[in-house]
Amino acid sequence: MNATEAIVSAQNVTRRYGQGDTAVDALRGVSLDIERGKLTAIMGPSGSGKSTLMHILAGLDKPSSGTVQIAGKEITSMGDNQLTLLRREHIGFVFQFFNLLPMLTARENIMLPLTVAGKEPEASWFEELITKVGLKDRLRHRPSELSGGQQQRVAVARSLVSKPSVVFADEPTGNLDSKTSEEILRLLRDSSDTYGQTIVMVTHDPRAAAIADRILYLADGAIVLDQRGATAAEVLQTMNDLDGHSVAS
Amino acid sequence: MIRIALKDLLGRKLRLALTSLAVVMGVAMVSGTFVLTDTIKHGFSQIFSTALQNSDVVITGKAAFGNDQNAPSFPASALDKVLKLPGVADAAGGVADTAQFVGADGKVVSHGGAPGLAFSVNADGDQHFNPLNLLSGTWPRGRTQIAVDKDTAADLKLAVGSTVGVIPRGGAVVHLKVSGIVSFGSVGSLGGATLAIFDLPTAQTLFQKEGKLDEIDVAAQPNVPSSELVAQIKSILPPHTQVRTGEEQAAKASSDTSSALSFLEYFLLAFGFIALFVGAFVIANTLSITIAQRTREFATLRTMGATGRQVIGVVLAEGLVTGLVAATIGLFAGVGLAKGLDELFKSFGIDLPQSGLIFASRTVIVSLVLGTAVTLIASVWPAVRATRVPPIAAVREGFVLPPGRFHRLGPYVALVIIGVSLALVCVGAFVKHGIPTATRLEMLGVGVLGSFIGVAMIASRIVRPLASLLGRPAQLGAGVAGTLARANSMRNPARTASTAAALMIGLALVTIVAVLAAGVRGSFEGAVKEEFQADYALTSENGFLPTSVDSADALRKAGVAEVVAGVRAGQGRAFGKTITLTAAEKGLSQMLVLKWTLGDASSLDVLGMNGAVVDKDYAKSHHLVDGSPFTLLVPSGQELHLMVKAIFDPPSGGSPFGPVTVSAEAFDSVTHNPQNVFTFMNMSGGVTPENTAILNDVLKSYPDAKVQTESEFIANQEAGINIFLNMLFVLLGLSVIVSLFGIVNTLVLTVFERTRELGMLRAVGMTRRQTRRMIRQESIITALIGAALGIPLGVGLGGLFGQALPGGMPFIVPWGQIVIFVFAALIVGLLAAIFPARRAAKLNPLEALQYE
Ligand SMILES: Nc1ncnc2c1ncn2[C@@H]1O[C@H](COP(=O)(O)OP(=O)(O)OP(=O)(O)O)[C@@H](O)[C@H]1O
Ligand SMILES: [Mg+2]
Repeated sequence: MNATEAIVSAQNVTRRYGQGDTAVDALRGVSLDIERGKLTAIMGPSGSGKSTLMHILAGLDKPSSGTVQIAGKEITSMGDNQLTLLRREHIGFVFQFFNLLPMLTARENIMLPLTVAGKEPEASWFEELITKVGLKDRLRHRPSELSGGQQQRVAVARSLVSKPSVVFADEPTGNLDSKTSEEILRLLRDSSDTYGQTIVMVTHDPRAAAIADRILYLADGAIVLDQRGATAAEVLQTMNDLDGHSVAS
Repeated sequence: MIRIALKDLLGRKLRLALTSLAVVMGVAMVSGTFVLTDTIKHGFSQIFSTALQNSDVVITGKAAFGNDQNAPSFPASALDKVLKLPGVADAAGGVADTAQFVGADGKVVSHGGAPGLAFSVNADGDQHFNPLNLLSGTWPRGRTQIAVDKDTAADLKLAVGSTVGVIPRGGAVVHLKVSGIVSFGSVGSLGGATLAIFDLPTAQTLFQKEGKLDEIDVAAQPNVPSSELVAQIKSILPPHTQVRTGEEQAAKASSDTSSALSFLEYFLLAFGFIALFVGAFVIANTLSITIAQRTREFATLRTMGATGRQVIGVVLAEGLVTGLVAATIGLFAGVGLAKGLDELFKSFGIDLPQSGLIFASRTVIVSLVLGTAVTLIASVWPAVRATRVPPIAAVREGFVLPPGRFHRLGPYVALVIIGVSLALVCVGAFVKHGIPTATRLEMLGVGVLGSFIGVAMIASRIVRPLASLLGRPAQLGAGVAGTLARANSMRNPARTASTAAALMIGLALVTIVAVLAAGVRGSFEGAVKEEFQADYALTSENGFLPTSVDSADALRKAGVAEVVAGVRAGQGRAFGKTITLTAAEKGLSQMLVLKWTLGDASSLDVLGMNGAVVDKDYAKSHHLVDGSPFTLLVPSGQELHLMVKAIFDPPSGGSPFGPVTVSAEAFDSVTHNPQNVFTFMNMSGGVTPENTAILNDVLKSYPDAKVQTESEFIANQEAGINIFLNMLFVLLGLSVIVSLFGIVNTLVLTVFERTRELGMLRAVGMTRRQTRRMIRQESIITALIGAALGIPLGVGLGGLFGQALPGGMPFIVPWGQIVIFVFAALIVGLLAAIFPARRAAKLNPLEALQYE
């Protein structure tokens, strides 16, 4: 794979929590490249290190060793200010618990990344975005007046509004029922297809992983399988296999 | 970005209201003070300009130094000379003095510190210069008539034709017939002052000013300007008089009262600042809690690319708006408070003149700036804390802000602050030479505030054991609720500590005052018991107005007492400084015990016309020894050429004398209408009911003079201290109320934070009542921690201050008051819990569990 095609890449990333006897190795040497324009899912059993990996890839946390590049820039050695500017330009987030600001309307929440950066939104792009997420008539509502699914759609729109190089989503459907989960997944898939948006999604839902172009399986802090697309059934099968494998090992 | 912050703030109205309240009180105090003092000043200036509205030019006596109140009268012949001047259209002379009315009960009418004013009028004139309006009857004429103001008439139920008793300054009571009832121009209230109006010859006789005048009002010929007239009059002016235009005179009188009032202004402002200081604590604490609760929000902003600086901006913008809102509310609340302060003064017997409330632009600016600035400063620390929220907190459930880099240094920094503060206090208190008094007072102030900050900082480390101890009764008395309350108050020591610290400040200050007051009283009592060997003392009803020399003379004449001797007081100027001048009547040596470093008590009786007794400090600063000559100027412009005969060491509890004491004869030779501050008497048989009756009988004509035994004398003198003390307590109560709001804030926010937990407790069977009790107990524990920190601190600082007073003071711990303060803290805790406890009890267990 061509290095210029990788928007995020990691080399030999390890992460150890705590010290001495109680130390936990959440990541034990992970190397990967996230391709531009693709939707990549990170799968794995609970405690396998998915979230930890995503936090490190997104520059929210520092690895104990190893390096990470985003858009060609080495981020593991960056200071707070550089990381902040990097986030403005290159990174969008979708959270499991939505993390909307309760006192702001849906519109203001969506615009937040631009407001923070002191930028004006392009009217046509904003229009297009809210049409896509289907929130046109909900823009004046506060988060508390929206359903979980609607809130997450606001969050997705928020992650896309600044056209970041990569959107990180940690269990974006973890807090939603299956029907709304499906809507959100379709939305993510769609943004990847229409805008070529790079997305990294952490999930342990096989149906979520099934929409991905590529699935990375994590177990005990290491990548154990790199799969180019799969159906939900196949993902489930793989998970079961891996589970047996990791128990056996 | 800032707009977002403000939207968030305005969206949470309760939080905004709670935070603001802390500043509102302090600002209200500041604005209320300004409104009150401006209004009083305006009231006075209205009185003065009314009094002089038709006088183009005014001639008055001129004091050799000090204010015009001590100005001597001048010969009435000046009036004839003035009338002969070409520029003069008309002129009238008058006498002004003070006189007290006597009620039907035989008691002197007194409205706190307000004076009883006496003026002369000319019943036959056209009343051109007369500022008074005759409401009914006629102007007084002859030796038997008096006119009174309408308030006094109403007060004493007087009508035209009634008889009223009045005591002219320095004289015995006279009974006069009311000829008329008057009002003073259009001025609504004279601030409790009474008016006694006589015709000129009567006033001159009553006040021993025969052939003399205090004031000449002059009207100029039509096209003669006042300044021209002033110039003409200057050429014929008798000595010890001055001439001013009417406007100048009114302005001068106003500015004299203004500067007298500035003490009141600073005094009240000080309490405003204390309340603001406590408010700053409350705000910093409230903001810290809300920031802890909004960690997620800030972290999310950071993941969107917000910089640390932007997060600071958000918090500071909130602080700014909160401050502005609070300052604005406080500004207007101040108007209400001004009324309240006025009532407060009235209830302590101090009536202040008022017109409509004056709302100056200075009041607006200072209040707004101060309130906003204090809030903003208080939000700096929480804002800095907010920047420490890392973006990853957006995804971590239950993220707690890690302690800052300097956290470990906290106690050491606190100890250093406490050390430096105490050092400042000690230097300010004990180093009396080489540092100006103002600087020393500043050092004391900064030291005290610094020690509060230091103790507040270290408090979080001792809150756990304290809470554990103070929570024990709650645990025993209130069952599960008490146990949980105790555990909750230990759960976030920093929060409990800073909440309690606000109350600590108020309680510490109250305790300092109580300790000092106990010391002052103790040493005063000690001094009186040690110094005074007299059986009886004679002072005015309120203890600080002087009484007439006549009353002492009447006693002597009646021959009922073995010895009667009084102490006179006035002002003198020597070595370039104005001092209190006292004078001793013969016989005082038998009733006063003092420590003499030169001469002895008998020196007091043989001072003659040029002997002086000085106190030790005065002798030291001016290098006075036996026989040292010095010259003393008195307000009338006369001089006393004195020679040091004796030196005494004044007791710390209160000296009967000023720095310089002369004989009563010498004093009277340069003083018009001298008066005694106290008179002492020895009777054969000592204090007996018969003797008391005899004295009271002799003094029937002097209702302003009160016969007292030693203990009555002490109580009477202390009454003044107590009034002042109670006023201090009420004013310091303001900062205690601010800290009460602080506890309310913390509890409300805590209840919000523990929504889920409370829901769970309710779900497993905790009743509403138990929930309320739990919050109440937590509140009381917090308040008691405040008391446990504040009261000992106050006792310590108060003791230190006491030692610093000249001569030192006994260190007396006022246990009774301390018990009251602890109860007050308990009540603060109870009151603070009402609203939060109700909120907590209202939580629906289901809703609580569904939250998020
Ligand atoms: N802040 C932390 N401190 C200590 N250990 C941690 C911390 N965060 C995660 N861990 C540990 O690191 C390992 C990986 O955790 P991580 O959250 O990355 O797992 P995950 O794959 O996201 O699991 P899940 O699917 O349950 O979210 C786990 O063993 C976890 O206990
Ligand atoms: Mg996870």
